[in-house]
Amino acid sequence: MPSRAARSPMAAPQSFLWTRRVVLTLLAGFVLLPVYVMISSSLKPLQEVSGKFQWIPHGLTVQPYFDIWETVPLGRYFVNSLIVAGSATVLSVVIAVFSAYAVSRYSFRGKRVFTVTVLSTQMFPGILFLLPLFLIFVNIGNSTGLALYGSRGGLILTYLTFSLPFSIWMLIGYFDSIPRDLDEAAMVDGCGPIRALFRVVVPAAVPGIVAVSVYAFMTAWGEVLFASVMTNDETRTLAVGLQGYSTLNDVYWNQVMAASLVVSVPVVVGFLLLQRYLVAGLTAGAVK
Amino acid sequence: MTATVTTDPGPATSAKGTSRGSGGARRRMPRIPDRIRQGGLPYLLLLPAVLLELLIHLIPMIVGIVMSFRQLTQFFINNWSAAPWTGLDNYRLAVDFDAPIGEALLHSFFVTCVFTFFAVGLAWLLGVAAAVMLQENFRGRGVLRTIFLVPYALPVYAAVITWAFMFQRDNGLVNHVLHDQLGLTDQPSFWLIGDNSIYALIIVSVWKGWPFAFLMLMAALQNIPRELYEAASIDGAGIWQQIRKITLPSLRPVNQVLVLVLFLWTFNDFNTPYVLFGKSAPANADLISIHIYQSSFVTWNFGTGSAMSVLLLLFLLVVTAVYLFFTSRGRKGSRA
Repeated sequence: MPSRAARSPMAAPQSFLWTRRVVLTLLAGFVLLPVYVMISSSLKPLQEVSGKFQWIPHGLTVQPYFDIWETVPLGRYFVNSLIVAGSATVLSVVIAVFSAYAVSRYSFRGKRVFTVTVLSTQMFPGILFLLPLFLIFVNIGNSTGLALYGSRGGLILTYLTFSLPFSIWMLIGYFDSIPRDLDEAAMVDGCGPIRALFRVVVPAAVPGIVAVSVYAFMTAWGEVLFASVMTNDETRTLAVGLQGYSTLNDVYWNQVMAASLVVSVPVVVGFLLLQRYLVAGLTAGAVK
Repeated sequence: MTATVTTDPGPATSAKGTSRGSGGARRRMPRIPDRIRQGGLPYLLLLPAVLLELLIHLIPMIVGIVMSFRQLTQFFINNWSAAPWTGLDNYRLAVDFDAPIGEALLHSFFVTCVFTFFAVGLAWLLGVAAAVMLQENFRGRGVLRTIFLVPYALPVYAAVITWAFMFQRDNGLVNHVLHDQLGLTDQPSFWLIGDNSIYALIIVSVWKGWPFAFLMLMAALQNIPRELYEAASIDGAGIWQQIRKITLPSLRPVNQVLVLVLFLWTFNDFNTPYVLFGKSAPANADLISIHIYQSSFVTWNFGTGSAMSVLLLLFLLVVTAVYLFFTSRGRKGSRA
């Protein structure tokens, strides 16, 4: 990575170095400010977060981290979010792998229609198909007894289509960069196309698949609009459940911050560990 | 891609002259079993994706368009096909700018335009600045890159709820700094209701959105060949000149896509205002998505809500088409 990153062989002038220092410091401050507020406030007792803001916490306490599980059923929301985001990720990646393989390795009628249509669904405002989807789910439930509205299944189906277009697009770029000779050689050796896909193409595309999985999981973990309409008390996810810390009179801000931190940790850690792959995947897509 | 459209045997066998036919057939011979085996396989591979896109996106979109021509209120939720047809009434209601509903929609549209302009512009600007400043290797570069991606990685609701806390009037950080520490305001101001809410919304949206611009631009910068910079510096170009003459121009193709994507996401953004303000956004930050959501789910009038959604989609389609037309033409022009 450093090979191409370094720019000029000659020393940068002071004006550039200072601009860089100032710009980067300001940006880092802007980015980290809420993170600091989140962490520091989560360690304060309630009366401290209810009064004037304090930069440095006085009465340090970890009590909010225990209370968050009592005030709202955070554990249940957590499990719901894990099930929904996990299933949506697995399904979305598997489906994207199949689609990308077809587009990358075969020529067939309607290929262009498929890629263009799938990508253009990205631009639809969520609100446009929220109302109809809500009605469709309700009506499917009424006529077949298949509970999509209010269930995790409905949410999983919805979320997996959110990450599908980008995942397919990114994996096509990745698969295209894998030499066709590899899977053709496997087919000569007697593999069918599907076995060639899983034995040759998928192993060679692991970084791309990891990147796509991270993206799919983050998308599902963070979605609010559909979660707010499509879930009930039993299936509520974190996105909606986190609002349960505010009552009519009071907001338990220390608990809100503690809960925000707890629900962020899985995705942030995963993302930061795997960000290399995401950048590499984007680069592969951009090369096309 | 277009040269190998051989899956359809019709034109290949009928249209071509017989003299070349035998040669072509012999040349293609070994591939025929392949083709037969391929058969419907690509379609089979695409089937799950197509079915899901149909179920979740395309059919609902069509249903939405149908709904916009019906008088769909809460009485018909469970049996929406019984809702009476109303022709263009829902559209008339939505664009009658003298009546309260149309006037509110128009206002919301203007607010969204202003918000999108500033939020996209600032996010893009910060993304370019950070990507350019981090292009060259130096100590701490990796750490900074990781830090800059944190807002992208945080779940929207966790990040926005933290900003909501910071913008609280009595116990928030923003007023503590502006009022108590710097003394810039006479009174602690309200940020989440009233006139200031649009500023709060833009700040949060930029904070949340700029790392994506940064990520895309950073990936694009890695594809600029190093030789360009070496040649330029041999010719005596300073670093500022290199940025202006090499780096920024080579970002153009990425910018074309990036600005469009940022525009569409920001214009349609629901999550940020919904978490920041709750179900009823203040008038000055009443983004179009929230507005439609409220008109539909608070008043349970799905017909009018659908009409508004369809109008929104038409607007986005027109803007996208015009944008792509002009930016593509510009690129061709500069290349010639």
